[in-house]
Amino acid sequence: MSAAREALAPQERTVLVVPGMHCAGCMAKVERGLAEVPGVSAARVNLTARQVSVLHDAGVTTPMLVEALGALGFPAQPRAEELAPPPSAVKPLLAPLGVAGFAAMNVMLLSVSIWSGAGGATRDLFHWLSAAIGVPAIVYAGRVFFVSAWGALKHGRTNMDVPIAIGVTLATGLSLYETVTGGAEAWFDGTLMLLLFLLAGRALDAAMRDKARAGVDALLRQAAPGALVVGRDGTVEWLAAPQLVPGMVMRVAAGERLAADGEIVSGRTRLDNSLLTGESAAVSAGAGDVVHAGTLNLASAIDVRVTAAGQGTTLAEIAKLMDASGQARSRYVRIADRASRLYAPAVHTLAALSFAGWMVLGHAGLHHSLVIAIAVLIITCPCALGLAVPVAQVVACGALMKRGIMVKDGSALERLATIDRVLLDKTGTLTLGRPLPDPAVLDALGTEAAGVALALASHSKHPLSRALVEALAGRGVVAAELAGVLEVPGQGMSAIWVDACGQATPVALRRPGEATVMAAALDIAGRPTWLIPFSDRLRPGVSQALQALAGLGVEASILSGDNAGAVGEVARATGLTAEAAADPLAKREAIGRLQGAGRKVLMAGDGLNDGPALAAADASIAPGTASDVGRQAADLVFLGDSLDALPRAIRAARRTMAVVRENFVLAIGYNVLAVPLAMAGKVTPLIAAAAMSLSSLIVIANSLRLVRAAR
Amino acid sequence: MTGLALLIPIALGMGLFGLAAFFWALRSGQFDDMDGAAARILIDEEGDGLP
Repeated sequence: MSAAREALAPQERTVLVVPGMHCAGCMAKVERGLAEVPGVSAARVNLTARQVSVLHDAGVTTPMLVEALGALGFPAQPRAEELAPPPSAVKPLLAPLGVAGFAAMNVMLLSVSIWSGAGGATRDLFHWLSAAIGVPAIVYAGRVFFVSAWGALKHGRTNMDVPIAIGVTLATGLSLYETVTGGAEAWFDGTLMLLLFLLAGRALDAAMRDKARAGVDALLRQAAPGALVVGRDGTVEWLAAPQLVPGMVMRVAAGERLAADGEIVSGRTRLDNSLLTGESAAVSAGAGDVVHAGTLNLASAIDVRVTAAGQGTTLAEIAKLMDASGQARSRYVRIADRASRLYAPAVHTLAALSFAGWMVLGHAGLHHSLVIAIAVLIITCPCALGLAVPVAQVVACGALMKRGIMVKDGSALERLATIDRVLLDKTGTLTLGRPLPDPAVLDALGTEAAGVALALASHSKHPLSRALVEALAGRGVVAAELAGVLEVPGQGMSAIWVDACGQATPVALRRPGEATVMAAALDIAGRPTWLIPFSDRLRPGVSQALQALAGLGVEASILSGDNAGAVGEVARATGLTAEAAADPLAKREAIGRLQGAGRKVLMAGDGLNDGPALAAADASIAPGTASDVGRQAADLVFLGDSLDALPRAIRAARRTMAVVRENFVLAIGYNVLAVPLAMAGKVTPLIAAAAMSLSSLIVIANSLRLVRAAR
Repeated sequence: MTGLALLIPIALGMGLFGLAAFFWALRSGQFDDMDGAAARILIDEEGDGLP
């Protein structure tokens, strides 16, 4: 059937981003729902990337697919080109890991028989077989380490891979020599196992980064990257943000964000600038006013003539400031690299000392001394050390992700653990950053009026109506029955309410005639009009979260771009000190001052104006509702409304670093036991293999305790 | 010894077969969507909707 259709019409593939998919049920709904759309021949979900790839006839357009998904309850967006998934970090490691695993197992099989006493011709045969499997596998699987070590050595530096590469090369060379000369001991098994464990550590580290990046990218792709552009002849066309050029007129409906800077041509509305400046109060704007990209249009549709798009916008200015701000982070050296700076020279000195010692003092001969020196290198190869950091971080990040906190990479956890100062943005971070109806008024409405309000609001896409629906539905209000619902853009909703007795009453939910605050008016004929005020509210759990932060010894204060009055109100409610009216540069400088005083600063913010501060701080966290810039600049992104995420992430990061340090002690402790044995010439391949596996297993088991780190 | 001559090639052959299967899985994109693969098994397919 589908083959026949393919022959008839050319097929096209469209990839849509569907951030709302979480489970098997969602996948089935999306795939089956799309398959029922006429012209669609196949749909396949990728849950990791939160995308669906649709194969369809040329006649099916992207908006049709988006609409079909919307009808299924899944908001979707076409995938922006520049946000195509970045190359995976873990994939190039999988093949070497598989080869190392295969070779290690088979060589180990042969080694076991040698250890249990095979001798003579059998031992030689097994050594030759091991070499035949081992040498190609070592060359293939060890490439990752050889390339990295060579890169470091070429620049006169050293890293964790240098001792690994030297140890592996020498051990392979010695084993080959032993095989050719019919010697007693070959080290192929230990070398391969070493590579297997180290590759496993690398792959885990890469998998963590991939997973977090996939989550953050899915959020990033939600941003509306475009606008409806009105042509000269009145036609309306959707254009993506990069295609907007100055002079175009874009029509921005209520509830949409502006995609470019511009000047209002027609229409009057209220605008929410909070993402751009931190200013919480909506400002009204009319024809002739200048508006900026990223602003949310709250009240009614406006036409805006684009004056600057893409690189010319205020956004681009902030991006430039951010580029110059990431120094604290680029200076940071990861703990594994710090450890290897000390470790690598120590290992090489020990090996050289044992070689010289046995040559000069022990009169052991070149061959025997070399065997002992190489045994020291193999036994000290940072196998458990290579697992110590990534395993702990992967387990902790997995635990945090289950709690809705996404960590972009392992170094973020390391930096977060050192934090002793938090700066909080106000709008969108301490508060929810969206208007919510006053709960006291909702309580007073009564069942009937609340039902009418819910029914009216549910017919509108206006942000205030949406907020009202969410609040009322959350209270368990049942919508009243309405007839003849009519929406007048910029004015409100009107309808006829049919009550339980069959009586018809005209009702309306509209913009209040004159109100100083953001509000909606509810009219029910024959009753007094209700005024429902809307305002931005503190996130739930703010005071507990701040207490928890204080308990962790982290001092918190507010750093906001909003005016002093609004900031003062929140400061009083939370009991924090505050700095108001800070522009992006001032925020960055405030962080610089604290860092200059030796503090480690965590910046929590969401807006575009926080971008430079997020990039400059030692670590940063943004809510999932933040602007693209905020989410991109932050190390951690938390989902959900509660501010609990902050103390939870700091606690988990500190616990992770404690476990990492324990792991180092365990790994180095094993070396302290094994190195004297190796230097005394007592280590055989059997002892090396057993010691290596045991210490790696202990380190992994210790790291698994972090499964509960995010509680 | 004759036993070994038979058993070792068999053991290696099975290992190589596993490795080849792994490479095939890697190439055919079975590691592209790990979360989806885990969830997909829970989807009920009662003979509907699938082309």
